[in-house]
Amino acid sequence: MLDLAVAYNRYRFLGDEFITWLWFLIETDQNAIRSIDPDCTALEIGNRIVLENRKSKSLERISIKGDDAGLEEGRLALKKGALLTELNLIFKTGENQWQFSLKGESLNLSNLKTPGPSNPPSPEEMEFFLLDKAEQFNKIIKFIELTFKSFIHLRISNNWSKKVVPNIKKWISSIDV
Amino acid sequence: MGLLSSSVSISRYRVEGKIKNPVTEAVAKGLKKNAITDIDEDASEKSVGWTSFDNPFSPTFEGSSFLLGNLFVFSLRIDRKSISAKLLKKHMTIETTKRLDKSKRRFLSKDEKKALKEKVIMDLAMRIPSTPNVYDLIWDYEKSDVYFFSSLRSSNEDLESLFKRSFDLALIRIFPYTSADLLSNLSDQERDDLIGLSPTHFSD
Repeated sequence: MLDLAVAYNRYRFLGDEFITWLWFLIETDQNAIRSIDPDCTALEIGNRIVLENRKSKSLERISIKGDDAGLEEGRLALKKGALLTELNLIFKTGENQWQFSLKGESLNLSNLKTPGPSNPPSPEEMEFFLLDKAEQFNKIIKFIELTFKSFIHLRISNNWSKKVVPNIKKWISSIDV
Repeated sequence: MGLLSSSVSISRYRVEGKIKNPVTEAVAKGLKKNAITDIDEDASEKSVGWTSFDNPFSPTFEGSSFLLGNLFVFSLRIDRKSISAKLLKKHMTIETTKRLDKSKRRFLSKDEKKALKEKVIMDLAMRIPSTPNVYDLIWDYEKSDVYFFSSLRSSNEDLESLFKRSFDLALIRIFPYTSADLLSNLSDQERDDLIGLSPTHFSD
């Protein structure tokens, strides 16, 4: 394995590409997401996306926030050469939902809200409550791992440049501004 | 940040290697040996150690208090004393004036100033209580997964070194490259292809 500090910086683009691809998938192919996790009833963009444009001399950062965030602006930024670096997501399974932000470069989850209350109904129920909580963290982390696994296999394959990239480009350029 | 907070941040790790049996006893030993030590009564500016998830200010690792089902759940505590620049300047000025008056000189040498600064910091550290920060951790020993409830770089670095020191096991942080290399079941050919990847340009 490569030196981890070197690998972190050298391949951080993979994380940015992963969440860009995920956004594309959310808007164009929910079935593909459901095939990764059959429990998933929907994966939606949440209340924040962050993009960075490193094409110009100075780094340009674009944050779009709010529950009714105008994602057209984000796609316009992609069109101008920006990359998605952070994406807030809502993952739904039946009655439950998880909301969190996913950072491309680290794949860290932040502002994660899991289903149900954040404290046990009584101290006696703490152990059961914690096990349930751990299961909820595990559920969303395994979903991210499986989704990244699908992405990386696709990314390494010839289909990435032959099919996926042209489709993402088409999706980006389809925005009317 | 605690795993019971309404909103949490998580960094993920893969544990490299296994502990010799009996595992629970070995983990307890590592936790006890590296439990947080209180620095309120001494001159240290920082203390890093393990603490109990359910009792972070009076840690105990007796029995299987850190065992939850098949998971280990405990916390990293980082106590730090913060001496502000203004406070340091004030006490440096007071102590410098005292020294100069006593020695009937107009200036202190560079070495004297450096030594005085160290003494002032030590004296202040003795008087200032530390501020604790507690970060929870879930370790699924069977799956070699660690979920650490903080994404702060400094707390992650402290976790990595303390974990290694306590259990003689390395933590490998999960980020795009390690997720691909360790968790994605790539073939040898795919690993070679991964190394050679370069960024995609989605705009023309």
